[in-house]
Amino acid sequence: MSVLLDRNTRVIVQGMGREGRFHADRMKEYGTKVVGGTKPGAGGTFIDGIPMFDTVASAVEETGANASIVFVPAPAAMDALLEAIDAQIELVIAITEGIPVADMLKVAAVLETAATTLVGPNGPGAITPGQSKIGIMPAENFSPGGVGFVSRSGTLTYEIADLLTRAGLGQSTCIGVGGDPVIGLPTPDAVRLLNEDPATEAIVIVGEIGGSAEERAAEYLRAEGKKPAVAFIAGRSAPPGKRMGHAGAIVSGNQGTAESKVRGFEEAGIPVASAPSDIPRLLKEVLHH
Amino acid sequence: MKVHEYQAKQILQRAGIPIPDGRLATTPDEAESAAKAIGASVAVKAQVHAGGRGKAGGIKVAKSPSDAKAAATAILGMEIKGLRVGKVYVERAADVASELYLGITLDRDRRRPVVMLSTVGGMEIEEVAVASPNKIARGWPSPLLGLLAFEARALVFAAGVAEAQRETVVDIARRLYRVYAETDANLVEINPLFVQKDGSVLAGDAKLDVDDNALFRQAELAKLKEVSPDEEAEERARALGFSFVQLDGDVGIIGNGAGLVMATLDAVRNAGGRAANFLDVGGGAKEAVVKAALEIVLSNPRVRSVMINIFGGITRGDEVAKGILAVIEKHPPSVPLVVRLSGTEAEAGRRLLEGAALESRATMDEAAAEAVRLAQEPARA
Repeated sequence: MSVLLDRNTRVIVQGMGREGRFHADRMKEYGTKVVGGTKPGAGGTFIDGIPMFDTVASAVEETGANASIVFVPAPAAMDALLEAIDAQIELVIAITEGIPVADMLKVAAVLETAATTLVGPNGPGAITPGQSKIGIMPAENFSPGGVGFVSRSGTLTYEIADLLTRAGLGQSTCIGVGGDPVIGLPTPDAVRLLNEDPATEAIVIVGEIGGSAEERAAEYLRAEGKKPAVAFIAGRSAPPGKRMGHAGAIVSGNQGTAESKVRGFEEAGIPVASAPSDIPRLLKEVLHH
Repeated sequence: MKVHEYQAKQILQRAGIPIPDGRLATTPDEAESAAKAIGASVAVKAQVHAGGRGKAGGIKVAKSPSDAKAAATAILGMEIKGLRVGKVYVERAADVASELYLGITLDRDRRRPVVMLSTVGGMEIEEVAVASPNKIARGWPSPLLGLLAFEARALVFAAGVAEAQRETVVDIARRLYRVYAETDANLVEINPLFVQKDGSVLAGDAKLDVDDNALFRQAELAKLKEVSPDEEAEERARALGFSFVQLDGDVGIIGNGAGLVMATLDAVRNAGGRAANFLDVGGGAKEAVVKAALEIVLSNPRVRSVMINIFGGITRGDEVAKGILAVIEKHPPSVPLVVRLSGTEAEAGRRLLEGAALESRATMDEAAAEAVRLAQEPARA
């Protein structure tokens, strides 16, 4: 078991440009079932051995795809996401950076009544190590195991996965929820999936300043947590009013401070690591309790 | 991206929201003739991208054109929060009976726009939210439908707007929502929204902050972008695809990925130092990228050491190391460099860096400690 994706997940790639093609190849190498791609006008042809379709609906019909990864550039990304949702794809993973907030608000509104789970945008995707990766993360840093991992960032996720792997702490599923202010699967919802997942023995939550997703995740675990958890918050030294790279990572007024997030986790009995290097040690501690 | 009050007011006016008669002036003489043309008491208001203009002396009321000239003389050239005032907006003074607040922004938790209306106008909404949270009425319209009439009415009733102004405020709220949607705003705010003694309603101030990610389809608004001197480095970085924020410490930071760079800033603080900047070079770290990043970081004279923290993911660590070596051979940096490579092929990368004119460390914590130590060393001859 795992969440969101496993070895049977069938993926199409929306946006077979340079980046899409490169990562489609890496995903195939990893063993992900990449069953098709969309490129309007190229239906019936092949790119790098992957069959192309004019529309997402026809790709789903022909290939039985139940997941999609979106590389479509920001100006056209809303259309790509809505097309995937309209085709009732179960899991849509959006890698695209820089989508206008107004577009994501519309996508989020459509998702309220749709069957699709959207992960991202502006994240590295998701991986169930040893089974399937739908994303852009370097697979070498991940290993199969029981740690469920939710993160708002990209490279920091790889870094921490690498630390976990080196410490012998394999992962059930890692979900990069994305660094934008409006995302499809916010941290609390991703944490809920892992909390309900029998294959997940412990949860690592990597948050950032900005918003209140970490506080809500802590509140949820305080009430319904079934397994030990460890958290890390990036941006503890960031000054207010400065956006730290991610559009979502900003402290405005007294909203979104690292202090409030750390307090939330501590009140839920979840230890907060002072540095990424501290996460494996804390995780071993909570696992041996 | 922020626009000035006078620009935001033009946008409101085009959307049918009443604003006071006003004119822009860049000299005291222009301010005088603007006041003459308006033919009444005026407010002379500094146009800078900073809050708290009133408290800083950037807004003055003038009863005559010569008063307006004097006010403009005082305000033009003054500095508000480090920004020099280059233009003033001269506007007919309102005959104020009461002040409302009306604003629309993003509610991240609900993933909806939130419309806020309050009869406590003129104050910062955050202050009202703390002092009297029940004085703010909130509504969350669907971004697919916009602010519907019944939703706007509910807000007006919940906020306790006087009967005489209800219909007007409903109309203004719906028009303001259209501005929010059509300009791809992060925030649009009328504070205060004046109720005049004759019962009419006017936008006393206007704030508009546009989503940078939407500027590709907001050509008219994109032209209004102004870059202040302290934002120049950030703009230069943005043009290169970097994300850069100036901070006030002395350890320069270069890394790939926003989360990793934030964690690097934290590691520097954990080691007792202060970061001079946030710089995320995005994906990859080839020679040209490292060179450009170092130039931006070293253009800050406060920087005493630089820490480069790269996670080799899809880009391999040995390639990153080659990029760094190529740069320091051709352009030896003026301050010590501490490099930390991790991820794919990091060991190979570290071997390549051996013997080079830089410090290489295996972990983020060790590299941060070394960069802080070097920054705190007495200046070398």
